[in-house]
Amino acid sequence: MKIDWAAIGSVFGVSLVVTVGLVALFTVGIRGLARRERAAAQGDSAALAVTGAYVCFAACAAAVAYGMYLIVAKA
Amino acid sequence: MESFSLILAIVVVTALAFDFTNGFHDTANAMATTISTGALKPKVAVAMSAVLNLVGAFLSVEVANTISKGLVDENGIRPEVIFAALVGAILWNLLTWLVGLPSSSSHALMGGLIGATVASAGFGAVHGDVLVTKVLLPAVAAPVVAGLAAMLATRLSYGIGGTAEGEATRKGYRAGQIASAGLVSLAHGTNDAQKTMGIITLALIAGGSIAPGSNPPVWVILSAGLAIALGTYIGGWRIIRTMGKGLTDLEPRQGFAAQTSAATAILASSHLGFSLSTTHVVSGSVMGTGLGRKGGVVRWSTATRMFVAWALTLPAAALVGAGAEAVTDLGDWGTAAVAVFLVAASAAIWKISRREVVDHTNVVADDAEPAGVVTTAIAAVIPPPAGTVAGEAAIAFPQQSTEPAPIAGHAPAAPPAATV
Repeated sequence: MKIDWAAIGSVFGVSLVVTVGLVALFTVGIRGLARRERAAAQGDSAALAVTGAYVCFAACAAAVAYGMYLIVAKA
Repeated sequence: MESFSLILAIVVVTALAFDFTNGFHDTANAMATTISTGALKPKVAVAMSAVLNLVGAFLSVEVANTISKGLVDENGIRPEVIFAALVGAILWNLLTWLVGLPSSSSHALMGGLIGATVASAGFGAVHGDVLVTKVLLPAVAAPVVAGLAAMLATRLSYGIGGTAEGEATRKGYRAGQIASAGLVSLAHGTNDAQKTMGIITLALIAGGSIAPGSNPPVWVILSAGLAIALGTYIGGWRIIRTMGKGLTDLEPRQGFAAQTSAATAILASSHLGFSLSTTHVVSGSVMGTGLGRKGGVVRWSTATRMFVAWALTLPAAALVGAGAEAVTDLGDWGTAAVAVFLVAASAAIWKISRREVVDHTNVVADDAEPAGVVTTAIAAVIPPPAGTVAGEAAIAFPQQSTEPAPIAGHAPAAPPAATV
């Protein structure tokens, strides 16, 4: 019996890194939007935070698109 | 479709019935966290999942083409064997739904197939090493992989984002949860709807209706996709409740972390050739995210019952599959008897389920899960393992107990792996 440790290991590593990375990105993005919310309440703008937020969300959207590509590409 | 015998028709209908139970058994995987955190209304969530499952069913036939290869020798396969396998899988799916426990539909199907094959062609027809590497090992690895990822992601998310809950935060996590749940649904459609297509195609080949090596006919793809979508839309609310509220209490960002971890683990595993069961992955990530939040609690008693169900899935479905195969071997009236038994048993399970109805109206109700008749019966049969003790410790000290508790939880799954 041969156990494919390499496959298990890579699934483990990829899942861990991608999940943590995506959630971190998304959280940073949400933080940016929350800052805009606070800034707007005080009459300020938070352009940098908002730009950063959208960059983060764009990266997350790209990851989702890649996920869909993986699902479709199995065909 | 010229030579479409009665047994073939029965097999196709039974396979579609299995597809239906598969859909409603696994709605929870994609939508439990989304529903329990309130990101989507229950009915909207299941409708979205159903549509994505249907779309997924049409995306490829790759999984369908590989379904039967490897695990059992194709030589032993007759339509009656497939029918017996499906009976085992359906009954196990319904039983676990009744007690509200998420368990792998694929394992149920494989168990039924193994049992029926053994009864038909002997133990030699089952590849033991494939069983270990494709079934047992992933079952242990999945919750660990997804759980650890979800736990770290949750920790990090609370670390970076603080605990402030504004309008933007709420909306953001809502959108994130919907996107990751959608991915899980789509992946589920491409995998599980196709398992049924594979089974039906296998039956058609075994019955001599289509040539060996054919792709699934269009009507097979269409009906399998519709069956799983319908099942998903009906919704296995009991399992959704266990997954979304029974294992741990989820905040929106935990739901997001859990679902992201699940989607990633499912895609990574199917892409890297080490397939994990969707159910195991999602259950693991939900528990992981429960451990990741400060003050978060994982109900190890529920988790332990779930692990026991996982360990039992394959042998139980195999046993029923073997029994059904033995009876169908007696002749046409045997097959008829099994069909009648399947319908009667399904009806009985549905009848019992009406004693305590769980549907979209009360799936997220706050009352503690009342122990139903069967739940109590199962709990009585299953010896309280070390996990319960560890569970009490986990409630008192959620931080320290992250190490020993999962090990205790895995205990039921460990013995079969150790003996091989």
